[in-house]
Amino acid sequence: MADVVSIATAGTGARTSLLDRIGAKAEARGIPISVHLDLTWACNEGCVHCYLDHSVGGDMNTTEIKGVLDQLAAAGVMFLTLSGGEIMLRKDIFEIVAYARSLLFDVRLKTNGILIGEGEADRFAELGVREVNISIYSHLPEVHDAITRVPGSFLRSIEAVKRLKSRGLAVEIRVCVIKGGVSYARLRALAEELGVRIQYDATVAPMIDGDRTPVSLNISPEERAEFYADPAVLPGLEDACAPASADELMNGHSCGAGHNGCYISPQGDVMPCVQFPLVCGSLRQSSFLEIWKFSPQFTEIRGIRNRDLHVCGSCSSLSSCGRCPGLAFQEGNMRGASRQDCENTYFRTKVPTPLYPAPEIDPAPRRQTPVSSQFVPLTALLPAQRDGAHRESAAY
Amino acid sequence: MSIYIARSPAVSARSLDGEMIIMSTKDSKLFTLNEVATEIWQAADGRTPLSRIVQDVVCAKFEAEPEAAYADAEDLCRRLAEHGILVISDQPLESAR
Repeated sequence: MADVVSIATAGTGARTSLLDRIGAKAEARGIPISVHLDLTWACNEGCVHCYLDHSVGGDMNTTEIKGVLDQLAAAGVMFLTLSGGEIMLRKDIFEIVAYARSLLFDVRLKTNGILIGEGEADRFAELGVREVNISIYSHLPEVHDAITRVPGSFLRSIEAVKRLKSRGLAVEIRVCVIKGGVSYARLRALAEELGVRIQYDATVAPMIDGDRTPVSLNISPEERAEFYADPAVLPGLEDACAPASADELMNGHSCGAGHNGCYISPQGDVMPCVQFPLVCGSLRQSSFLEIWKFSPQFTEIRGIRNRDLHVCGSCSSLSSCGRCPGLAFQEGNMRGASRQDCENTYFRTKVPTPLYPAPEIDPAPRRQTPVSSQFVPLTALLPAQRDGAHRESAAY
Repeated sequence: MSIYIARSPAVSARSLDGEMIIMSTKDSKLFTLNEVATEIWQAADGRTPLSRIVQDVVCAKFEAEPEAAYADAEDLCRRLAEHGILVISDQPLESAR
């Protein structure tokens, strides 16, 4: 019984390779191995760059969530990310996590941590949560608190990091790099001091309802150049630069959204990714597998290969780009290029890209695909928004 | 005397087209089991002796020679136990899953 078991340890190339193999196998068999489920969009912080409208209600109740988890387990989902909004605002959070663990999901939580005290940390450890991601925006409390708009939030989030870490959970600090500046070196030192991993994201995405206001909070070109000049902020970049044959590259696609993973909103809408807000169906109207296997939107996404991309297909940086089809979708065309990816790739590689430094090619045509023309804007599917919290959505 | 085996509660697991994928919640180690090991894992209910599992599952499905198959299976189980994803006892166990 030689080679009966493959073992890979976190943080190693072998683990990345094994995860890649698992993802490829899942995709080949049409299995959504990874799902991101938002439990609520309500939040107790008011981050200036957030892509969600916290006033949107209509969250699935406990019974509905458990029913969804049953369906996901039966569909073969293993990696489950529970996020929000702020998950700790759900009174049934522990019941949901316990149910997910009883179905043997690998559970990762995304939270700001400010409601995680000793008892909550104990409970998550007992339930077998493997990983918790906590958002920290600066090493300076006053800067972090100004971004979250909650005084004292920095200290409370850091306390949560310590509590969870001390109970053996894998904790990762997640940093969205926004205008106003973080010191990468200081934040990295803070993470090292806490004994946790850190991951940066230099893309401020539009709001999920299409409002592009947060995009203005992206860092300046000068800051972006500085960001990508720091090799420590992008561990594993060499993997993205691994050469692929021309055939492999052109017949491939840029990410797993809709191929081996997807996103589910608190209202039960299924989308390719939280950053790819194309509603493919509602779990309040159809089963998960019906949507996953047969929705015209997923079918269309799965049919797109790199050779079909209007602009990116002929870009010399395609193999190292890490192109996000969701950002392209939010800029008007899922087959097109996104200025945000072009900008990131330019500063990472120093090679000019189609839309950055200066657009050389019109990324049109936009919205010309048969299924896309049938898409219903997400805002049309959401419940009415309360008070003056409505944000005008972009026409996409 | 045969041993008893049970799946640890500190794991996540899913069968991906016959290949068992297991993640330790303690140290994030990731395991994949081949078809034979997957069968043993799935039969690890804490109550069935490993010798019976080998006889009923491994030998029956994979036409293995019983003595060698048991030795291999016990070696596998001890390796998985060292990683904390399987529990071994010389008495019946309450399987957590």
